[in-house]
Amino acid sequence: MTQVDFADTAETSAAPAVAPGVPKMAAQGVNVFYGEKQAIRDVSIDVNMENVTAFIGPSGCGKSTFLRTLNRMNDTVASARVEGLITLDGENIYDKTMDVVQLRARVGMVFQKPNPFPKSIYENVAYGPRIHGLARAKGDMDQIVERSLKRAGLWEEVKDRLQDSGTALSGGQQQRLCIARAIAVDPEVILMDEPCSALDPIATAKIEELIHELRGRYAIVIVTHNMQQAARVSQRTAFFHLGTLIEYGETDQIFTAPRQERTKDYITGRYG
Amino acid sequence: MNLYALLFLVTGLGVIAWLTGRARAARYGAASKHRLHSLPGQHGLYVAMWTVIPALFFVIIWSIFTPNLATEAVLRDPQAFALPAFGYEREAVLNEIRARAAGSEYGFYPAAEQLAPVYLQASRFYSWIGTGIAILLAFACGAFAYTRIRADFRARTRVERTVMLALLVASLIAILTTLGIFLSLLFESLRFFAMVPITDFLFGTTWSPQVIDPADPGATLGAVPLFWGTFFIGAVIAMLVAIPFGLMSAIYLTQYAKPVVRKWMKPMLEILAGVPTVVYGYFAALTVGPAIRDFAVSLGFTYASSESALAAGLVMGVMIIPFVSSMADDSIAAVPSAMRDGSLAMGATSSETIRKVLLPAALPGVVAGVLLAVSRAIGETMIVVMAASGAANITANPFESATTVTKQIVDLLTGEAEFDSPKTLAAFALGLTLFLITFLLNIVALRVVKKYREAYD
Repeated sequence: MTQVDFADTAETSAAPAVAPGVPKMAAQGVNVFYGEKQAIRDVSIDVNMENVTAFIGPSGCGKSTFLRTLNRMNDTVASARVEGLITLDGENIYDKTMDVVQLRARVGMVFQKPNPFPKSIYENVAYGPRIHGLARAKGDMDQIVERSLKRAGLWEEVKDRLQDSGTALSGGQQQRLCIARAIAVDPEVILMDEPCSALDPIATAKIEELIHELRGRYAIVIVTHNMQQAARVSQRTAFFHLGTLIEYGETDQIFTAPRQERTKDYITGRYG
Repeated sequence: MNLYALLFLVTGLGVIAWLTGRARAARYGAASKHRLHSLPGQHGLYVAMWTVIPALFFVIIWSIFTPNLATEAVLRDPQAFALPAFGYEREAVLNEIRARAAGSEYGFYPAAEQLAPVYLQASRFYSWIGTGIAILLAFACGAFAYTRIRADFRARTRVERTVMLALLVASLIAILTTLGIFLSLLFESLRFFAMVPITDFLFGTTWSPQVIDPADPGATLGAVPLFWGTFFIGAVIAMLVAIPFGLMSAIYLTQYAKPVVRKWMKPMLEILAGVPTVVYGYFAALTVGPAIRDFAVSLGFTYASSESALAAGLVMGVMIIPFVSSMADDSIAAVPSAMRDGSLAMGATSSETIRKVLLPAALPGVVAGVLLAVSRAIGETMIVVMAASGAANITANPFESATTVTKQIVDLLTGEAEFDSPKTLAAFALGLTLFLITFLLNIVALRVVKKYREAYD
């Protein structure tokens, strides 16, 4: 299993307010409204390829809402409205010329509750590549499925029963299947919305291990309510409270020397 | 004594029982150190129930038997020995006696006029006896209940149990009625099958009940053309209309329509289900049928009929749309939104998501909805009576005329009918077969629905 080398994060921590290096995704002055209610207030944040970025904060602080703006999943909520600028490789993702289908192929998502389709394991992974026409030759799809399942650390467990239903797997396996499904279309960014909140500790450990392995290949943003998890898997941490971004910095710094009083109160369990 | 007066009297006794029971319980409550187990009103209800229910039960039973007892009395009368001994004539005279006793002035048989006063007298006599017994019963049972009242008597639980029994009886009535319908169909059908071999009926391909050869009635009573017509109109043509339109409107309403649009469109679609079928019948017979005939003639079918299978099937399909649509709507809405989000987050478009994720997941519910719709369509009568033809053809040409089981049942049973000829009894055999088919369809549909409900739990 991969040993995580925290040393390399030390080299890239020059500016604490934004992530170092070229940002993969950047948000500037983002506001989100559900009808009249404002859920996100003026959030600016950068996400880069090298790091796993964690969003933490108490329930209802807007961390999941903000995550869903990054691949425009809030479009599916009729009353939601997003203001501000969010870019992917410098391109405005809310621009009229941006095709949401292509955006979501580049920015994948894993949900809180494992949601495999009621299809076979193979078809679950092949779903995205089929939609986007990624497999040209006949054997390509088999290769994509195998590679994705291997990257998701599920191949050894399911290689003999690829035609079984994806819903017949255990919760942790289902969630890794959903990760395999997301990486099958070769995205650049993977958003994870509390991916372990419905899993037991062993399955959670496997997912966390997987996140370590995927790091560097994809820009990963993970929302979690579990501070230990944020500390274990991420190199950058953003703390949200009441719809605003309170503090964003290196994970070590956020957990050991928070600059904001509210961050410190949350970390030490004063509220949340 | 008049039945209504008796009911009124028993009800009055019930009210009195309620008041006295309540008063007695209240006295016990005041005298006792302990609290009453049940409220005084519940004790009152308990006494009232004992007073009213057995008496009413007796009245109902008695009023069923009184006419028979009175008829017996008439037959014991010396004048009755002159009546015809058996058969329909004897029954006719007895019926006339009863009619005269009930106040009718007109009659055919002189014997009836003589015997009517005897009948009247006998039935008055039995009615007084019945009244006496009913009142005695009310008092006796009421008194029994009254004496049982104590401070610790559990009147509440007994009242509750009675209410439960009443509800059980109410629900059994529907079930027993279904059973009764089935049995009456079964017995009449058995009489039919005693005259016509069941194989002739089920596999015969000639249906023409107007010309029945008494030596071989089965030769022209083959039901295959009818079941083919029913299947062709109800399960093929109607479903070709109802499934696509029902499904697509359900998809639009659940996936695309804004809440405001949905709020208006859904009830409007459901209005279709509330249109009386006879109105669809006019529409099919007067508007759609002739239009289809003209269209068929323009295509070169010179013998096209305005009573075509297509006209009846199309209109029936429109009638069925709301059934398919509302079942499909429910089952699509029951697919967890996580499935939809998962697919959209993969970059699938809305229509890809519907085609590849939502519909496969909702399929069992949709299939069940379609099966229920089919069973409703093949049992549908009014549209086919008005718009389909009586000609029993086995044809797959929708412009030709076809007939259905329900239409033939109506034709067989309307007009002059003798209830012991194979022609009339065939209606019951058809009804029984149709009943069994829709029954099976419903069972299969309910099983499918049940299985699919478990899928996401």
